[in-house]
Amino acid sequence: MKLLTHNMLTSHVKGVVKGYPLLIKATEVKVNEVEFNPQFVSRMIPKLEWTALVQAAQGLGHLNDLPNELVPDYEKNEEFLRKVHRVLLEVEVLEGCLQCPESGREFPISKGVPNMLLNEDET
Amino acid sequence: MASSCRRPEHMAPPEVFYNEDEARKYSQNSRMIEIQTQMSERAVELLNLPEDQSCFLLDVGCGSGLSGDYLSEEGHLWVGVDISTAMLDVALDREVEGDLLLCDMGQGMPFRPGTFDGCISISALQWLCNADKKTHSPPKRLYTFFSTLYSSLARGARAVFQIYPENSEQLELITAQAMKAGFTGGMVVDYPNSTKAKKFFLCLFAGVSGVLPKGLGTETVDRGVSNQVQFTGQRSRFKNMKGKSVKKSKDWIMEKKERRRRQGRDVRADTKYTGRQRRPHF
Repeated sequence: MKLLTHNMLTSHVKGVVKGYPLLIKATEVKVNEVEFNPQFVSRMIPKLEWTALVQAAQGLGHLNDLPNELVPDYEKNEEFLRKVHRVLLEVEVLEGCLQCPESGREFPISKGVPNMLLNEDET
Repeated sequence: MASSCRRPEHMAPPEVFYNEDEARKYSQNSRMIEIQTQMSERAVELLNLPEDQSCFLLDVGCGSGLSGDYLSEEGHLWVGVDISTAMLDVALDREVEGDLLLCDMGQGMPFRPGTFDGCISISALQWLCNADKKTHSPPKRLYTFFSTLYSSLARGARAVFQIYPENSEQLELITAQAMKAGFTGGMVVDYPNSTKAKKFFLCLFAGVSGVLPKGLGTETVDRGVSNQVQFTGQRSRFKNMKGKSVKKSKDWIMEKKERRRRQGRDVRADTKYTGRQRRPHF
């Protein structure tokens, strides 16, 4: 699971109002080379929850010098976009689990695929 | 329906039906791969994404990632959602570029509002119309799916679902729940005159409404819809009153070509040589 996907994921357990951001408990992390696409990254940045991204990256130990606050004029700042690209698309969580911050429900991740299936009483 | 036993939805729930054997077909059977790719091509065309821009898309029921491969080819990034672990394993083996999630679409899409620029789904939605467990209620599951999907799409985004509907009630059930969730749009039917090539696409808009695209091979059908009698200066000919034209005659050939064109098959263009007799040979 890429951190971009993690940034978009919320918990959909019944009764949870703000199941965001999901806490990552990773046991295996891999860095994959992905082609750099500056337009895509700068288009995705306004959609991101920046603090959640920084927290997640910090938790995995792949912060890559991301600043706590979003840099103004990031569209032209290629160095910054490359850093965001690396954290968003290249860092992948392979094994571990995601935890809902509200209900404490854990979603296991195996082989990089988070299992978001709910039990019948949770829908 | 006579062929009901052949529909996979009637055999087992999706997580059971798509086991290792079934999943293997999706990576080895070249005909299946070709059909899946063709349908994804058409679905992406219907999405009407801005050109020269890579988008963030959702693939519901991504399976082994055949449709996702086409999305990657077009330069888009995608997230795939499926309920079958066997199919997702095949996707992992094939090293697809998108991110995968194990998720039941009837339980809702677990994404933040406004995440995706579009959504495609190839032959997955009809699975939601079955109640595989005692607690399942198809209308409720469809509504949960559509309402969570609506919120996870960006305003003005489209969602295109290729489906194999069983009957008209099922289609009505699906569209009614989609409209209830706030979507606009409707069905696009490609090649409605052909049994084989006919394909149903449910084309939904979130937010800004657009014009529903036309299905392929439907141009000739629309002409007959007008409820007024059309005036023609032509006298009715004898052949129209007699019914079918004589076999192998020029009219018969032209009619046959027209019919096959409506079915979306490859037909040679009409020329001055069409249906003409050959010169007498000595």
